[in-house]
Amino acid sequence: MINSEENTAAASEAEAAGQADEAGWILDYVTDQSYLDFKLIGKIDLPQFEPIELFGLSINLSPTKYVVYMWIAAIIVFVMMTVVAQTYRKSVVPHGFSNFIEVFVVFIRDEIVRPNIGEKADRYIPFLATIFFFIATCNLLGLVPYGISSTENISVTAGLAIMSFVMIQAAGMRNNGVVGYLKGLVPHGLPVFILPVMIVVEFLGLLTKPFALTVRLFANMTSGKIVILSLLGLIFFFQTVWVAPVSIIFTLFIMLLKMFISLLQAYIFTMLSALFIGMAVHQEH
Amino acid sequence: MLNVDPGLIIWTIITFLILLFLLRLTAWKPILRALDQREENIRSSLEEAEKAREEADRTLQENKKNLEQAEEQVQKILKDGRALVEKMRQDTINKANEESRRMIEHAKEQIEREKQEALKELRTEVAHLAIRAASKILDEKLDEKKHKEIVDKFIEDLPSN
Repeated sequence: MINSEENTAAASEAEAAGQADEAGWILDYVTDQSYLDFKLIGKIDLPQFEPIELFGLSINLSPTKYVVYMWIAAIIVFVMMTVVAQTYRKSVVPHGFSNFIEVFVVFIRDEIVRPNIGEKADRYIPFLATIFFFIATCNLLGLVPYGISSTENISVTAGLAIMSFVMIQAAGMRNNGVVGYLKGLVPHGLPVFILPVMIVVEFLGLLTKPFALTVRLFANMTSGKIVILSLLGLIFFFQTVWVAPVSIIFTLFIMLLKMFISLLQAYIFTMLSALFIGMAVHQEH
Repeated sequence: MLNVDPGLIIWTIITFLILLFLLRLTAWKPILRALDQREENIRSSLEEAEKAREEADRTLQENKKNLEQAEEQVQKILKDGRALVEKMRQDTINKANEESRRMIEHAKEQIEREKQEALKELRTEVAHLAIRAASKILDEKLDEKKHKEIVDKFIEDLPSN
């Protein structure tokens, strides 16, 4: 007993010394890397390009692990949808997998796009459906062995939110005219001296929408992954197998939760994009 | 973790735009069109079914009305027939009554006429007989003409029956 206590004390001292490393291995999983790390199998180095200098920013367009997994997700979505479209060419009555995809498409159309955007909603279905399936596939890819969710990186979610932002502004301008849309952003009937303040406030308001989208998706996907890694890390932290069953049961539970959250976050992202598009299209006058 | 990498943002946008473009080109149109088409089919089928149901309802109503009309007509025809029969019967009875009455009248008339004739003949006969008897009785002195006058007068004085 005394021996083991001493051992534990020694171990905790050693861990205290290497605490930065303890946190580091988790961070390795959620930071971008220029190589694909297939643990126990090997590493694949990705080609590197020179950074491009543009507007004083150095932009590195070398593919990274998140770019690669994003492509994988995109290819999965593309193949999936093409196959489904092919079955529809043969017959209007869906079978099996097409039926499954159709549930989502109909849900996006009837529960998200049409109620939020109203008339002329159908022209936004392709964009919003693509966003939904792309995000959902990216999210779910993280639950596959050796898979990674690209959406656990804030730059990726920022890229998606920028697309959504551009779409929102474009929809508003398309429907109300550029000038009409910009005028409609500021509430009517305000005293002139408040206008400069209101313009700044409304502009910030415009930017908070994509920012909220970015952080929500990123935080949800990252937190789940960190919780899973922490639970599994407990086994190595306590240096005993007896923690393993508990860790694994909890991990399994979190993974099931993540499965739900993957679809939920895709839904929320799509839903809010549709809502904002609807708000931009039907400005309050 | 929280570092924003412009390269990754650009890759995300490029990937997403390519995916959107390709899906627009190949997938969304057929899928959404198929959905619309099917919904349209279902809607039109439902409408058709509704129409057919209304049609059936109307036919049923019409049939019912026709049946009622037929029933009414039958009743009317029956009633008319009964009335006609009744009338014919009445007519026949009336006619028979009339006929018999007329025949009786005729017979009575005939009888009366024959009786008158018989009476007249009888009177003539009686006159002749009386004259002849009187002639025989009164020795045949009086001439026949005078006798006849007397007898005629006598007969005139007799009650007519």
